[in-house]
Amino acid sequence: MSLTRSTEETLKQFILKEFLPGEDPNELEETTPLVSTGILDSLATLKLVTFLEDEFGISVAPHEADEEHLNTITSIANLVHSKRGR
Amino acid sequence: MGDAPAALHGYLARSAERRPDHVAVVEPGLASITYRELDRLSDRLRDRLVALGVGPGQRVGLWIPKTIDSVAAILGVLKAGAAYVPVDPTAPALRNAYILRDCAVSALLVEVRFESALRQELGPYSAEPAWIVLPESGGGRGLAAALEQETPAPPTPTADPGPDALAYVLYTSGSTGRPKGVMLTHRAATAFVEWSAETFDVRVDDRFSSHAPFHFDLSIFDLYVPQYAGASVVLLGEERGREPAGLAALIANERISIWYSAPSILTMLAQHGRLGSHEYERLRMVLFAGEVFPVAHLRLLATQLPHPRYFNLYGPTETNVCTHHEVPLPIPDERVEPFPIGRVCSNLRGVVVDSTDAPVKQGEEGELCVAGPNLMTGYWNLPEQTLRAFLERDNERYYRTGDVVVEEPDGTLRFLGRRDRMVKKRGYRVELGEIEACLYRHPEILEAAVVALPDPAAGVRIEAHLATRSGQKLSLIATKRFCSEHLPVYMIPDAVKLHEALPKTSTDKVDYQKLREPS
Repeated sequence: MSLTRSTEETLKQFILKEFLPGEDPNELEETTPLVSTGILDSLATLKLVTFLEDEFGISVAPHEADEEHLNTITSIANLVHSKRGR
Repeated sequence: MGDAPAALHGYLARSAERRPDHVAVVEPGLASITYRELDRLSDRLRDRLVALGVGPGQRVGLWIPKTIDSVAAILGVLKAGAAYVPVDPTAPALRNAYILRDCAVSALLVEVRFESALRQELGPYSAEPAWIVLPESGGGRGLAAALEQETPAPPTPTADPGPDALAYVLYTSGSTGRPKGVMLTHRAATAFVEWSAETFDVRVDDRFSSHAPFHFDLSIFDLYVPQYAGASVVLLGEERGREPAGLAALIANERISIWYSAPSILTMLAQHGRLGSHEYERLRMVLFAGEVFPVAHLRLLATQLPHPRYFNLYGPTETNVCTHHEVPLPIPDERVEPFPIGRVCSNLRGVVVDSTDAPVKQGEEGELCVAGPNLMTGYWNLPEQTLRAFLERDNERYYRTGDVVVEEPDGTLRFLGRRDRMVKKRGYRVELGEIEACLYRHPEILEAAVVALPDPAAGVRIEAHLATRSGQKLSLIATKRFCSEHLPVYMIPDAVKLHEALPKTSTDKVDYQKLREPS
């Protein structure tokens, strides 16, 4: 995995591979809603949180694993950045 | 019509007497047969069957393509007092052999091209059936030729096996993967035929379509309602019945006045039938049954064919039609929800029950159970499944349809879905049909079928199978986004699979069993 790749790009690749196999990568934008469309269901959310914790070395609190924080790639990246900046 | 015959084959005798020279059955462009001729040909088969020892309490298998020959064969079997068991002429020999052995037929009428495969699959058989092999089929010639191969059997009277004798056994796909035989009596069949003739105001100059194959229960209407009225039926064979452009011409040229089929063929007709290139001034009724007619497709059809009346008929093979609803025209552009299945037929009684078999209050959903003369007697040789199929209530036997309905304030019933198509996902009740109805709103989606599959992690996984108008790929994200505008998140399909066209069963319904198989 390239070190220079942006958080957004890393998230996008993970989401495409895990939750949207076969999907055209151009269809997944940083503002595509993920939770309200069911792309991230509860199981997928658990998987994503584990990935965030392992990949970025952060810890996500249960109350943060919700639609407000995880609904788009942008909002997930914001969550990651806010944790890492701490 | 007055004094109704007690036997299903009584209508033929009556029409042969009243209108001997009227055409009874037409094979378009090929042949036709009058009531007198049909009566005589089926008499000859009756005599042969009786000479072979066939009579009341026995079953006779039929593997003949849909022709005048198979119509005459069916009537000959009934006249001998036996029940007929029609198998799907296009099904593999293995499946048909299973059916014919399962219900222990005493005699078989088979077209020669199916004979060797069937003999091989039937294998050693405790009571070897008598074989009547037709060298061909079409115009009644094959049956006549098969009968002429032997010296004529002595004439015998037509049997009156009584209203409780079986008239036919229709095999439907069973949940166990093995077809199960639905047993129907003369009483059940005649009750349905007479209700139909009255409800649809059938006339002697009507010309009926026969689109459904004879192993499908829609054929009971096609075969016997015309005989009841002394009218004519136009047979649409297996190949012809699937070719929409040719069908439109047939409906016009054959002057069909009453059409009856599954919705899927009407959808094909509306989309690809080039309906505008013909006139259909005789067409006065379009009846459909067998599955939900997506409103967008029904509207497209009714826009092109605005004159006939449209009826949604509902009922499983076990009861034949048990509710009906006339579709009011025109259909508003904004309507998306399917039409109700309507009211319980006047000769039947319905009750909607909850999971404890207690009747629900009006407006609450529950399983529709139906009582009355139309009901099957049971599943052939399956006493336990038969027992589970019925609900005993007020000393009456109700058939559990397995369909969940709700009664509207105006007394019509709305179909909500199959009880077994309602799944729980994350604790929520999900009706797969509701997801399909949502997908049908998408302008690009031509066909949609949703299945639930067991999933080791999530418990259940919802898969949408789609065919698009342009054949273009539909993005999963776009599909999910579209669903999220209409459905709660737990109902959004987990996966989407695209097909050129959805797989169909031999009766033109979406083949859900196939869609559930791992790809």
